[in-house]
Amino acid sequence: MSTHLSPQILARANELVALYPHPRSALIPICHLAQEQDGWLKPEAIEEIAELLGLTAAEVLGTASFYDMLHTEPVGKYLVSVCTNIACMLRGAYELLEHAETRLDVHPGGTTPDGEFTLEDAECLADCGRAPCLQVNHRFFGDVTPERFDQLVEDLSAGRLADEVPQHGTLNRVRRTIGLDVDGQTLVAERTAMADAMAGRANTPQSDAGTGAAGKGQD
Amino acid sequence: MVITQAPRIVTSRLGYDDSHTLERYLATGGYEGLRKTLGMTPEAVAAQVDAASLLGRGGAGFPAGRKWSMLRKAPTSYLVVNGDESEPATFKDHLLVERDPHQLVEGVVIAAYALQVSQAFIYLRGEFALGLERVQAAVNEAYAHGAIGKDIFGSGFSVDLVVHPGAGAYICGEETALLESLEGKRGFPRIKPPYFPAVIGLYGEPTVVNNVETLSNLPWIVTNGGAAFAALGEGRSTGTRLFALAGHVRNPGVFEIEMAKTTFRDLIYAPVLGGGISGGRELKAIIPGGVSAPWFGPEHLDLPLDQDAVGQAGSMLGSGSIVVMDETTCMVKAAWRITRFFWRESCGECTPCREGSGWLEKILHRIENGEGREDDLELLMDACDNLAPGVSWPPQQTTICVLGSSIPSSIASAIRMFRDDFLLHIKEGGCPHV
Repeated sequence: MSTHLSPQILARANELVALYPHPRSALIPICHLAQEQDGWLKPEAIEEIAELLGLTAAEVLGTASFYDMLHTEPVGKYLVSVCTNIACMLRGAYELLEHAETRLDVHPGGTTPDGEFTLEDAECLADCGRAPCLQVNHRFFGDVTPERFDQLVEDLSAGRLADEVPQHGTLNRVRRTIGLDVDGQTLVAERTAMADAMAGRANTPQSDAGTGAAGKGQD
Repeated sequence: MVITQAPRIVTSRLGYDDSHTLERYLATGGYEGLRKTLGMTPEAVAAQVDAASLLGRGGAGFPAGRKWSMLRKAPTSYLVVNGDESEPATFKDHLLVERDPHQLVEGVVIAAYALQVSQAFIYLRGEFALGLERVQAAVNEAYAHGAIGKDIFGSGFSVDLVVHPGAGAYICGEETALLESLEGKRGFPRIKPPYFPAVIGLYGEPTVVNNVETLSNLPWIVTNGGAAFAALGEGRSTGTRLFALAGHVRNPGVFEIEMAKTTFRDLIYAPVLGGGISGGRELKAIIPGGVSAPWFGPEHLDLPLDQDAVGQAGSMLGSGSIVVMDETTCMVKAAWRITRFFWRESCGECTPCREGSGWLEKILHRIENGEGREDDLELLMDACDNLAPGVSWPPQQTTICVLGSSIPSSIASAIRMFRDDFLLHIKEGGCPHV
């Protein structure tokens, strides 16, 4: 196996694979991990994810390219997503976006030449009580005025928000730490035992199992 | 004005800064509902949810108890929580996952017990980074507390709970697309029938998919009884519900309100709720239940926030989000922005939606920007008719999921209610509101 993903990221990726009854379910969470390392999904990361999950690189890319948060091209250190959907639009989102374009000197989709900021025109981010809102690396900022936007950019550039806004790609900083032993073999064994116990408990005749899984060809 | 003294069922802890911690949760009755649950039979728990007449809070309003009863018996089945809240102007689950994650976790374990499933997943919208951290932390804490995992509170019941991040796709709120996504695939909705994942769901196994708010109600329902929940509200619209109020109001936000007892007018104008229109301006229109819903005018303000009453009036309460648009709003621009959303979020699987959304967006964009043509309104309605034949409510479907057939609602509403606004744009060659 090649070694683009760091041992730490790989260890966490393996934990994720063990959490699911079928390895492919870990695809999106592992793509997020790869972005935590690189900021975006590099081709070599995609190759390794495919290897890890027993898929082809095309299958991984084909899935990842469907999702807005998975980037197959580099993005800035800070991804600034300005919501312009209806609730924010009614409260000045397009004026805010225009201000952001001027302040950062990029259009939506663009990245500043120093690689610091990528600007996005986002769909509803579900923070409409504080419209207009935006996210930086998926951390929320609400009731954003042009003045507050400028302050935010200054604070980010000066590294003053490092705790609140990690580098792009770091999504969930809380790891699963407990429960079914989070290391491969043990977990699989525990999961099987638990499912068996539950099946016995439900007292379901096997003949009622139906044909749900037929033709699904899962793993 | 009726603002009832109904208890706060899902927002009772929001006054605390540490409402997301296990410590606060336990100090405020947390996991008592689960303890009570484990002393009951699974059937008795399901019976309480049935008695509560809990309607799903995700958007379709399907009775949760009935959904559970449809779960096909099989050796392996799953419970999946739909936390992919992406319907524009809907922001209630966002609040629940960040501010009371243990309540959700407890609801999940209660549901898992009632359904006797040993594996549950919480699919959370990827953009909810803080929510993902809070829910994962809650799961870790709940495991340590013995409320998840093996032999929960010594009852012999076991369930594992995995927190799963989405990655930015509105369509994954559609439950079969969500399951595809959870299987590590593109979020393409599945062809129906089967209509319900309770028959064939995750990994081809029977699966119940419930919304975050729906499950967050369970600890209260089990603790207080289904009858106490059903005593709130009217008819089928029982209990309380979270309403997300957005747009041109003084106090936008999420409000927990007793179902069916409060009207749109109360929600928008009551000082303790919306506080009225910003700047004291007049109301022009509201979108009553997510952007798939047909719009209402001021004449509908006295309708109660009741699922069936709103349905009979020709729209839907949907995801419980209400967008208020005042007299200064350009309705062409509003319809365009909503259509642009659908166009960007169409998954591309079905032709009418993939192509139709783009056509509609282009036409609305040119009207708003002064390049509208005389026959554009007819063209818009014709394209809408191709997406949802008859452009009626509820819409006829030409696509695998309801995203496509939802697109015409706002366009048809805007043209029906504000035709002059459109004609003025076309005649004057631009937007008169700029």
